[in-house]
Amino acid sequence: MLEIKNLHARIAEDGTEIIRGLNLSVKAGEVAAIMGPNGSGKSTLSYILAGREDYEVTEGDILYNGESILGLDPAERAAKGIFLAFQYPMEIPGVATMEFLKVAINAQRRGRGEDELKIPELLKRVKEAAGLLSMDMAMLKRPLNVGFSGGEKKRAEILQMKLLEPKLCVLDETDSGLDIDALKIVSEGVNALRSPDRAIVVITHYQRLLDYIVPDSVHVLYKGRVIKSGDKTLAQRLEENGYAEIIGEAA
Amino acid sequence: MNIHTSQPRTPAETALIDAFSERVGDLPGNADVAIARDTAIEALKIQGLPSRRIESWHYTDFRTLFRSVAPFDAAAGSQPVAPLIAGSTVAAVSNGTAMSAGQADGVTFEKLSEKLVDGTFAPALATRSTDDLIGQINAAYVTDGWHVDIADGAELEAPLELQNLQQSGQGHVRFPVRAGRQAKATIIERQSGGEGEAFSSSISHLTVADGAEIIWIILRQHGDTSVQLGQFNAWLGKDAKLTLFIVNAGGKLVRQEVHVLAKGEGSDFQLRGINLLGGDSHTDVTMTVGHVVENTTSTEIVRNVVTGRARGVFQGMIRVAKIAQKTDARMACNTLLLSDDGEFDAKPELEIFADDVACGHGATVAEISQDHLFYLMARGIPEKEARGLLVKAFVAEVIEELENETLVEALEDILEDWLSAHG
Repeated sequence: MLEIKNLHARIAEDGTEIIRGLNLSVKAGEVAAIMGPNGSGKSTLSYILAGREDYEVTEGDILYNGESILGLDPAERAAKGIFLAFQYPMEIPGVATMEFLKVAINAQRRGRGEDELKIPELLKRVKEAAGLLSMDMAMLKRPLNVGFSGGEKKRAEILQMKLLEPKLCVLDETDSGLDIDALKIVSEGVNALRSPDRAIVVITHYQRLLDYIVPDSVHVLYKGRVIKSGDKTLAQRLEENGYAEIIGEAA
Repeated sequence: MNIHTSQPRTPAETALIDAFSERVGDLPGNADVAIARDTAIEALKIQGLPSRRIESWHYTDFRTLFRSVAPFDAAAGSQPVAPLIAGSTVAAVSNGTAMSAGQADGVTFEKLSEKLVDGTFAPALATRSTDDLIGQINAAYVTDGWHVDIADGAELEAPLELQNLQQSGQGHVRFPVRAGRQAKATIIERQSGGEGEAFSSSISHLTVADGAEIIWIILRQHGDTSVQLGQFNAWLGKDAKLTLFIVNAGGKLVRQEVHVLAKGEGSDFQLRGINLLGGDSHTDVTMTVGHVVENTTSTEIVRNVVTGRARGVFQGMIRVAKIAQKTDARMACNTLLLSDDGEFDAKPELEIFADDVACGHGATVAEISQDHLFYLMARGIPEKEARGLLVKAFVAEVIEELENETLVEALEDILEDWLSAHG
């Protein structure tokens, strides 16, 4: 489903190269974890997948279902089913969360040639999804993410993911800033989305999240490249011995 | 020193002054009104149109900007438009002539032309000061309008809508309104024009008696070749509350002045302004609010959206008299600049003579946040729609303060129409 080939990318503004020859392949139905120390390029990778303009791809390609997505803007990628759950979701004053959900869901439906959702149906879906994430509907009347706690923001991201039903989910450090209860709720939300036709890429610094979202594959990112891949036992090894050992092996 | 003598008259000055001798015979009014008109046109003759050298017109060099005066056109009249809020009581003026007024309990409508003919309105034609161009032009040429009296204690369920329609041609009107003690009303001043070349002036006078609460909305939707001068004057009695909401959504050259005097203790004035500026228009909102007794409050928030080559101006002056202790006055002017060729000038001023007050002001200019845009697009919202959503959010924060759902929806519709035309 996702094929990243020899990807090189840099910060558009100052030319700093962050991704240096990254290869990664994720199949439909797979949950892939990307782990790495700070500064290894994890968040950059997530932004590049979502199409953020601040980064420039200088070499290589990103194929999604066999087609390059490099020429698509973020909205076009989202319409094709790519979803990024942000590490730091933006606060947007003046846009009510509910209104935002309506606009986003209907923009994607229009893009796929489907009818827009009527308000009662939309409300029903939102209520159901919010209930599963233990979110208060009153929160959704507030401006998007404004005044939400760290945990509330992460839940709101997963809520959006549930409602938009993407095919490729990229979770960028979804565990950061979550207490253990919130972590469980969010993980259950993600696990409920596991399905044979959906791929999930979990980016994380710590192994903790992977106790709850058990990955099929684990990839270690260092200096903009995948230096080691393995199954979930690789994550446990990292937890026990730290990154130094694997970095040493790869060097 | 006399700085007014040296400059030759501009074509617009000539047109304004020459037209007076042609029009004066047809203008309504008794001898007192005729004297007031004459005084006004003489002042205009001596001073001419204000240039940037006149401080209150510094950012709106009217002498340079006002090039062509749309001539009077007896055929420019039009029918009243549908009110902003269905069920409103409408009193309309078209092409300078009062048409019909609806009926509402506790409200008396009188044609202003009758008050000019009998002379009772003559004292109100006096200009505010020597730089009061709007007062001069309007006093010289005013033909009609509606005089509205809201009885003491009247609480109007439906809004009153005062319409000034100037599809093309030229017209000058006034709307004097008295809101009686403890009265409550929402008043919509609708400044509406078409696509033809037009020049109009409109002056409102509002007296808010003790304990009355008024929401007044000025909604301006003019075409790309329309020049309009507006002036809103209000006096607030004891514990009176006035919320003035200005929406500028069209016009080639617009100046809207607001002059409010909080002269009753416990009175409160709220100004909310939304300037939606596009094309190569020039729009100026100039406000003075005077706090002249103890314990009065005011807050002014102006939000501007600038596209194309549009230029906007907000001048806000808060004056606090020496005896006006415990005044609380705040002013903010925020601009969203959507094009490199747009411009907005904000000039906040505080003139404080009392020593126990809380006053402040701030101004910001920003572009659309790339972070916000990316976030919305990452959820599948196409760029144009995402930008629209962010612009709407910027302005909607202010609209939603009105807390009247029907009114909020009506104004948001106007915002969306403007955005789809200029987005």
